[in-house]
Amino acid sequence: MNDVAGIAALVVSWAHPGEDVEAYVSRSRTTNVRAYNGDVESLSSAEPAGAGVRVVVGGRQGFAWAGTLDEGVLKEALEEARDNAAFGQPDEFAGLATPDGVALPVLDLVPSELAATPTSAKVELALELERATRARDARVTGIRAATYADSYGEVAVATTTGISAVGAAAMCYIAVSPIVEADGDTQIGSGLSAARAPSGLDLDRAVTDGVDRAVRLLGARKPPSRRVTAVFDPDVTAEFLAILGGTLSGDAVLKGRSFFAGREGERVASAAVTLVSDPTDAGSFDAGQIDGEGLARRRVPLIEGGHLQGFLYDTASGRRAGRASTGSASRGYSSAPTVGAPALTLAPGTRSRAELLASLDDGVCVQDVSGLHSGVNPVSGDFSVGATGLAVRNGALAEPFREATIASTLQRMLLDVAEVGADIEWLPGGPAGVTLVVHDVSLGGA
Amino acid sequence: MLDPSLVTDVLHTALRTGGEFAEVFAEDARSSTARLDDGRVEEVTSGRSRGAGIRVVVGDTTGFAHTADLSPAGLHAAAEAASAVARHGGGGTVTVALSGEPSRAPGVRVLPETVSKADKVALLTRADAAARAAGSGVRQVSATYADSRRRILVANSDGLMAGDDQVKTRFAVQAVASGDTGLQTGRESHGLAQGFELFDGFDVEEAGRVAAERALTKLRARPAPSGTLPVVLKSGGGGVLFHEACGHGLEADLVGKRASVFAGRLGEQVASPLVTLVDDGTMPSEWGTYAIDDEGHPASRNVLIQDGVLTDYMYDFLRARSEQRPVSANGRRQSYRHLPMVRMTNTFLVNGTEDPDEIVRQTPHGVYVAQLGGGQVNTTTGDFVFGMTEAYLIEDGRITEPLRDANLIGNGPEVLTLIDVVGNDFAMGPPGTCGKDGQGVPVGDGQPTLRVRALTIGGTAA
Repeated sequence: MNDVAGIAALVVSWAHPGEDVEAYVSRSRTTNVRAYNGDVESLSSAEPAGAGVRVVVGGRQGFAWAGTLDEGVLKEALEEARDNAAFGQPDEFAGLATPDGVALPVLDLVPSELAATPTSAKVELALELERATRARDARVTGIRAATYADSYGEVAVATTTGISAVGAAAMCYIAVSPIVEADGDTQIGSGLSAARAPSGLDLDRAVTDGVDRAVRLLGARKPPSRRVTAVFDPDVTAEFLAILGGTLSGDAVLKGRSFFAGREGERVASAAVTLVSDPTDAGSFDAGQIDGEGLARRRVPLIEGGHLQGFLYDTASGRRAGRASTGSASRGYSSAPTVGAPALTLAPGTRSRAELLASLDDGVCVQDVSGLHSGVNPVSGDFSVGATGLAVRNGALAEPFREATIASTLQRMLLDVAEVGADIEWLPGGPAGVTLVVHDVSLGGA
Repeated sequence: MLDPSLVTDVLHTALRTGGEFAEVFAEDARSSTARLDDGRVEEVTSGRSRGAGIRVVVGDTTGFAHTADLSPAGLHAAAEAASAVARHGGGGTVTVALSGEPSRAPGVRVLPETVSKADKVALLTRADAAARAAGSGVRQVSATYADSRRRILVANSDGLMAGDDQVKTRFAVQAVASGDTGLQTGRESHGLAQGFELFDGFDVEEAGRVAAERALTKLRARPAPSGTLPVVLKSGGGGVLFHEACGHGLEADLVGKRASVFAGRLGEQVASPLVTLVDDGTMPSEWGTYAIDDEGHPASRNVLIQDGVLTDYMYDFLRARSEQRPVSANGRRQSYRHLPMVRMTNTFLVNGTEDPDEIVRQTPHGVYVAQLGGGQVNTTTGDFVFGMTEAYLIEDGRITEPLRDANLIGNGPEVLTLIDVVGNDFAMGPPGTCGKDGQGVPVGDGQPTLRVRALTIGGTAA
């Protein structure tokens, strides 16, 4: 691979006097194998690369990107960014990151095993995933997709303000979506396992999760509308945390787009809720050495025992708030940095998922939610999503339901969290999954 | 974009190991966006992406590789990587004779690159001022201008060669209002397959006012009901219903894998007789329109449901080829870095006969949805959701109080049969981006005012 740090430094060396320039350069290597009907459906491989160039002159910011590391094109991108800066309006807080003395976390996120794995072994994993899924249960009648995918990526950020940093990470996953049928009813499931290298993948678990969670929904019906205690499956909790992360962005707070504005130190959640963003945890698939502006990733406490501790900042939003960046700038090469909420995780509780379900007399277990991008308004906090799952009665899972909604507001749900499970686990989507018990949720159905 | 003799050579390389079909898809895409937030033009961005994706098909297996390097060396290397799936094949000499029109003039009047950045940025400040002037409760405004130009070239070993030059322009405003009930948001957007002439027929100040009014109105909104009610969808505000309720389920790749509730139902009555559903990539200037799809076939108008009877599915090239049927030109990809698959274009319900006001008058109690947001469907079960972003109660045949945001949920095959009245006021809706298997493509949707006899509303009020 080309030296991404060298390319970033080269772009920065072209800066004119009086202007600040930042180059973000990334390069990756990806493989994707899909199996279908015992054969390879598709095999893709690629080495995508690109660069984003930011220019700040007199408080005005311009940005340009290119999907190549060709030197001539990068020069054009810098020219474009410089030209674009002339059309921005001055902002006293705009500017690039400067070295803040925080050491980069030491993380080995690139096991040598991945690079040493031949394509044929990856193909075999995808084929085996499909075979094992079909064999798991007689009710499996089809597979929408059985996939193996991996990626290795490295990024470099350099600026005229003294930043020069690199990061690298690899991951792979297998994912399967079995179609199951019985008595005229059809359901689709999804099973997943992710790791840094193929030896860490748990094929049995992907298969069992995918098939068993689909099978248990067979025969599901629309439930009656009522208010219930809901037990969220770990991946549902993770999706909910991802949305909550956006409301904890310092930029959203400063611009009046967060209901958390002005509430630092206040009680915003039940005492069971302690939330941090921790991309220095090597177990997280969001883990990394550097953020999108080249600063060290770090652990940021957000909610402690239900009390709001603080927000996430990149350099510009931090300056506006009179705070330091929390190393939370997020981006790819085709966009300028924005505030992200990487590696969100709740502090785990003490009881297992089985214990939590056993102690619930009457409620629902929410297995899957849909429509989060349309049904959750992170500004107002209004929350209404499609849900499938199972009723819980006298401590046991009972009949399945579908075509239902669960609704509340994010503000209320945080206060209504009754308990966090002990089953915390990092998921490839970003936040950690964990079983969550929430009181008083509106279940909408018949 | 690429010399035809180079393309021919690359196709030869791609087939050398025994592939049955090979394709080169080259793309040169440029985009520019300008964003205003918090009263200030924060940033103007330019983007450039250029490269080629090459696929090789052997039996039911596709090999795919892409490269940003359009030199002969870069293209041949990608062709070799894509052909690795055919290593077990026989190989041999394949003759490819390309014919067709490799390029096409864009059908737009004012190319975005001919417009000064200052003129683009000026639209943002006008929208911002208009939104802020709409009421003292307006606390925050953001606005985005975006244009793109995408030139593509497709050539395959069947001898097809075709090109397209796709220009799109879009504008969106979002307002945040604040009051005793907290924060609320309103949004308005517009986009067409046009250049800067988009703004001849679209007033950005009006867009700013509309977004602000939506946010201000919701400040006095009550929680949406929880349960099942009749729902009236305003024309142009609810086309996403059909996109989700049945559009995805009529995509032949999902049908072929039994991942659709509409599999095996051709010729059956699947919807109310009032429903005629069309997917049409030829509509002039619409957001989902193109001259050729990303596999090189001219866009077409496909009737999917006629008077409630399922007449056809949507196809990509490979699936149409294996079923030996005509293409429907629905093979699309997000970029040269992606494999094509079956995607919708502009999907809409054709006009009915009823006066839209009469539809409301004939609804004693229900919900009037003026604007839907995005949605999502499980094609296997047909269950879908979509969000209401502007909705009101209907009481005694009149539109009354505004409702807070909530999702609607339904089952595709069931909801299609529950459409009991269709208006005569057809309109297309705002530009959309449809996501499938990690790829986003621009799509349009539209419908006249219509009523669904019963839909589940996921609110919090009893």
